[in-house]
Amino acid sequence: MAKLRITDACTGCSACVKACPYDGIEVVEALARFNEKCNWCGTCREACPFEAIVEEQEPAAAGPAVDLAAYRDVWVFGEQRAGQLASVVFELVGEGRKLADARSQDLVVVVLGSGMEEACNALLADYPVDRVIYVEGGELETFEAEAYGKVFSSLVRERKPETVLAGATSAGRSFLSRVAVEVRTGLTADCTGLDVDDSGQLVQTRPAFGGNIMAQILCPNYRPQMSTVRPHVMKPPAAGSGKGGTLEKVVPDAANLASRAKILEFIAEVEDTINIAEADIIVSGGRGLGGPENFKLVEDLARALGGAVGSSRAAVDAGWKAYSHQVGQTGKTVCPKLYIACGISGAVQHLVGMQSSDVIVAINRDPDAPIFKIATYGIVGDLKEVVPMLTSKILARKGH
Amino acid sequence: MRIAVCIKQVPDTTEVRMDPEKGTLVREGVESIVNPFDTYALEEGVRLKEAHGGEVVAVTMGPPQAEAALRECVSVGADEVVLVSDRAFAGSDTWATSYTLAAALKQVGFDLIICGKQAIDGDTAQVGPGMAVHLDLPQATYVRKVREVTAERLVVERLLEEGVEVMELPLPAMITVVKEINEPRLPSLKGKMRARKAEIRTITAGELDLPAGDLGLDGSPTRVMKIFAPAPREGGEVFEGEPEETTGKILSVLEKEGLV
Repeated sequence: MAKLRITDACTGCSACVKACPYDGIEVVEALARFNEKCNWCGTCREACPFEAIVEEQEPAAAGPAVDLAAYRDVWVFGEQRAGQLASVVFELVGEGRKLADARSQDLVVVVLGSGMEEACNALLADYPVDRVIYVEGGELETFEAEAYGKVFSSLVRERKPETVLAGATSAGRSFLSRVAVEVRTGLTADCTGLDVDDSGQLVQTRPAFGGNIMAQILCPNYRPQMSTVRPHVMKPPAAGSGKGGTLEKVVPDAANLASRAKILEFIAEVEDTINIAEADIIVSGGRGLGGPENFKLVEDLARALGGAVGSSRAAVDAGWKAYSHQVGQTGKTVCPKLYIACGISGAVQHLVGMQSSDVIVAINRDPDAPIFKIATYGIVGDLKEVVPMLTSKILARKGH
Repeated sequence: MRIAVCIKQVPDTTEVRMDPEKGTLVREGVESIVNPFDTYALEEGVRLKEAHGGEVVAVTMGPPQAEAALRECVSVGADEVVLVSDRAFAGSDTWATSYTLAAALKQVGFDLIICGKQAIDGDTAQVGPGMAVHLDLPQATYVRKVREVTAERLVVERLLEEGVEVMELPLPAMITVVKEINEPRLPSLKGKMRARKAEIRTITAGELDLPAGDLGLDGSPTRVMKIFAPAPREGGEVFEGEPEETTGKILSVLEKEGLV
């Protein structure tokens, strides 16, 4: 959105005031005017029934800051942990392939690490990637934001990709924001939708305000266009879709490998249950359980289904379940085939973390609980009766 | 040690929602609060000060109304507060915000910068690392514990997807913290009184002496083109009645979908 101007067509109807997400426009003496909270987001322009809000002409200097045509190809950051490519990389290969095809460009996966040649070749053999750029160095074996940022930035400056995608993981978010500043371009966080518009620009869709609203974001005058993408939203392509892409090994500049932060140790989390972010079936419990002792009902159902145990924030805050199980805005985003919510009322913060599940089943005593508005199926009833009965019926079917 | 804590005033997102019919934002009764993640950053700064001496400066960039958020910071232990505010900053994306805040932080002075892991309105988690680059600092994101602090270095634990990473950083440095790090205190009566009287230092665009083309909307590479309500997920079939009956029904539909 450019800066905006209010024309004589304004009648002071205050449709804009109601539409503004920032409280940034007000009506004074029957005319609208922007105040200091205005963020130039342009929502008011869409809302004005009289088309009285128009874009200011951007000054000539505000045209492209770089030669846009000098940039081409779609890059995916090949995030690896302990030599294994993260699952989000495959999801981004699927999405990146579509974007690259729409632009008639190459899809390139950029891997930073050590001893990764075999994994890179396996990726090329099985997935529709045109090229892998593999930057090899012992210092890159484990992710560290400063070194990764410098190595990746220098590669971007030299090769000029048009689009760069990374998973919105702790690593992707920590280092791509450094790259965006180093190369002076835009970065859109945690995207859930990507598309190419008629002019060839990347349209990045992301949730904001805790998932209550969606925003579409462009990067018109700078390149590359960069996004971190929420894991478990995009679908990975089928294995066996390789197209004989090539591997290029790059030796990083030693100066870029120096990092001031030192990793002293890594302590793997001991999980006694399936990691909820990867699970196909999740059974979650919330405040409606009434106490930690009733989490056993949820755990029994999860076990009967071969699924993982999730939790609402309320149950985590109450100390009934560890934070690693928390689903929602401040916990994990999950996208299982089946999500069963037991005693979870369905606060937006919880819903944003699980609403892309294929099938949602809600069990709640309150027929007006918001969770029923998004659940594929619901049971109104006392979960202390319903959940154990469901568990025993499932076990009975499995012949136990 | 001089600890700068970056905070943001945000609408309480639990209250913000779209009117799905009109496609407008329902904002009535939505309060402005200090971004919850930043309260953990501030608490950690105050704890480090209490244990090792020094002072805590809370810094925010925003409209004049953000002053209220800064006063809240004073009530729970900030010694100084700085409001970076100018109409020229309006429309800043994460690039321009981190650029502007970095320049302000240079004027404020710091040995350590602490931020919350992200703000609940934008959820980007990009401003902290962005500032670290503008200020040429090492960083540690998602910190759940500060193990050791000396005048020269910091040892922290980072909470990652698959475990905990222990990292050592030389100072000055930038860290972002997660909510596991502490339990923020409530304001005391004395703190509230101090907050009312606190002097707020304001830094404007003129004082930062930065090129206008790098500030606000003009300095922001990204542009919001459209804001809209997410497609609502439709509620489906709800079964009421005896558990024997409802569980049986649910089981048969799940079986039909191939889920059990």
